[in-house]
Amino acid sequence: MTEFTPLSGTLGGLLIGLAAALLWIANGRIAGISGILGQSLWPDERGQRGWRLAFLLGLPLGAGIVALVDGPLAVQIEATPPALVLAGLLVGFGTRLGNGCTSGHGVCGIGRGSGRSILATLTFMTVAAVVVFVMRHATGAAT
Amino acid sequence: MRTTLIALLSGTLFGAGLAVSQMTNPAKVLAFLDVTGDWDPSLAFVMGTALLVSAIAHRLPRRLMPATLRAHVPDSPGTSSLAGIDRRLVGGAALFGVGWGLAGFCPGPALAALVTGSSQVLLFTAAMVVGMGAFRFVTRVGSDVSTSSDG
Repeated sequence: MTEFTPLSGTLGGLLIGLAAALLWIANGRIAGISGILGQSLWPDERGQRGWRLAFLLGLPLGAGIVALVDGPLAVQIEATPPALVLAGLLVGFGTRLGNGCTSGHGVCGIGRGSGRSILATLTFMTVAAVVVFVMRHATGAAT
Repeated sequence: MRTTLIALLSGTLFGAGLAVSQMTNPAKVLAFLDVTGDWDPSLAFVMGTALLVSAIAHRLPRRLMPATLRAHVPDSPGTSSLAGIDRRLVGGAALFGVGWGLAGFCPGPALAALVTGSSQVLLFTAAMVVGMGAFRFVTRVGSDVSTSSDG
């Protein structure tokens, strides 16, 4: 369906890894995006909102810089608007309940060797793969 | 000020990485998750490389840490145990997995893709924020659940 792109994948992964390394080594913070977003909206600690908002602002900024250099970003969305809303609600609620997402558990947590993060990552990847399987292959839809 | 600038730089690198690796494209993510279909393993390279770099940084020997970081980190690492695994962790990850599989967006790529101005990305992101707010509401109403530092 999409082209196999190991080189840009590796380069992108390198940038993501460096971003997480920088935030950890220089600021002592975990680059977990769901946590940073949740804590920037509903903070548990005082005086820690500024760096979180700066980090979040960087995400579209960095993607925008790549788009300027490399051409517009491809964003192909198959989900219908109601499905997008349901998915967004589940991602928002689930990542706060489970204390992390692909970045916090998948990249940083596993990197630290956290058993919690390994289990969380295995869980969300398996569940997501099952959902895609059901939608694409088990419902009789032609995709 | 320095902390804020570093966070901005980190976020910018992160967003650039998501864009370069095309994690900002849900079709690409779903093609990775579609292991029994026309599988695109590209995102394994993204996660593998990111994990490798992050693992080196997060396992930095104590003597190589900047003093500011050393203050954040306990003497013994002790994070590799299975302690603290509970239904909340697995249930949250499972709910997140359903949403991720439905749309192909997780939080970082959705925020990065906002730069395209796509109304669909905005819709997903708005719903995600509402979902986080709902969690906040539920935990505020119930007993105070402390948040750990996973991410």
